[in-house]
Amino acid sequence: MSKSLLEITTGHYLVLSFILFTIGLVGVMVRRNVLVVLMSIELIMNAVNINLVAFSRQLGDLSGNVFAIFVITVAAGEAAIGLGLIIALFRLKNSVQIDDVREMNG
Amino acid sequence: MPSFLSSFFDAGPAIVFWVLALTAVTAAVWVVAAKSPIHSALFLLLTFLAVAGIFILTGAEFVGAVQILVYAGGIMVLFLFVIMLVNIEETAKLSAFHKETRWAGVLAALLLIAVAYGLASGSKMLHGPSDPKSLQTIPAEMGSIAGKMAGTSPGNSQAVGMVLYGRYLVPFEVASILLLVAMIGAIVMGKKKLESEEVDR
Repeated sequence: MSKSLLEITTGHYLVLSFILFTIGLVGVMVRRNVLVVLMSIELIMNAVNINLVAFSRQLGDLSGNVFAIFVITVAAGEAAIGLGLIIALFRLKNSVQIDDVREMNG
Repeated sequence: MPSFLSSFFDAGPAIVFWVLALTAVTAAVWVVAAKSPIHSALFLLLTFLAVAGIFILTGAEFVGAVQILVYAGGIMVLFLFVIMLVNIEETAKLSAFHKETRWAGVLAALLLIAVAYGLASGSKMLHGPSDPKSLQTIPAEMGSIAGKMAGTSPGNSQAVGMVLYGRYLVPFEVASILLLVAMIGAIVMGKKKLESEEVDR
């Protein structure tokens, strides 16, 4: 096996984080269901956390860990608010498809 | 011990990394690709668990534990609950995807090129090995109690706690206010209109 397979460096974590980020971004753009869009945003936040933790390890500084915990906090709040919005939207429109919400489209 | 066995055990963390990374990426693809939101949510759970394993692998055990508790335990239950609540018969004639998927593909390809360029031309620092031991020790500039323990190796959770309640005490308290605001907002949006309010309209 080659060395790049056996020795895991910060670069590996960055590539993994980037792949997860891109999958989340594509999910936000292509899905119609608001719930899956929200899940894709959670994927993006997870990708950011991998970045923070990887650089925390690289630099030997715990601040990255602490910031990852703050990102998790914000993600929890965001999920609560987003799901509350989805329930309000469902009550109003009887649908969770984003194509059904185009009042501000002009 | 035969040499191939010892090299296998040396490669242990790398094998764990590759297994977890492949699991996370495959499950993340299925989060976006699965038709049913329930399937998406369960694949998202798998992604969260794999990412928690990655955190533990980097030496950030506390973040990994928080990831499992908050994401896999809290947020996923919330998601599944809301999916059950709003799950209606999906209109079969509509596809689960937008028509404009090619723009997403173009954007993803541009991002891929940008990050590949950045990694290729990046400093050598990114390719050097790193030392997770430093995440186990309390920084020396902490307060009086931590000062006595500074430089010792009490484990990641205790070190994170010292930093969280020391240098980041004010952001920590602000985060609690953020959670309070999010809770009040979710309750206000989720509650039904009272009859007295509807009479006023």
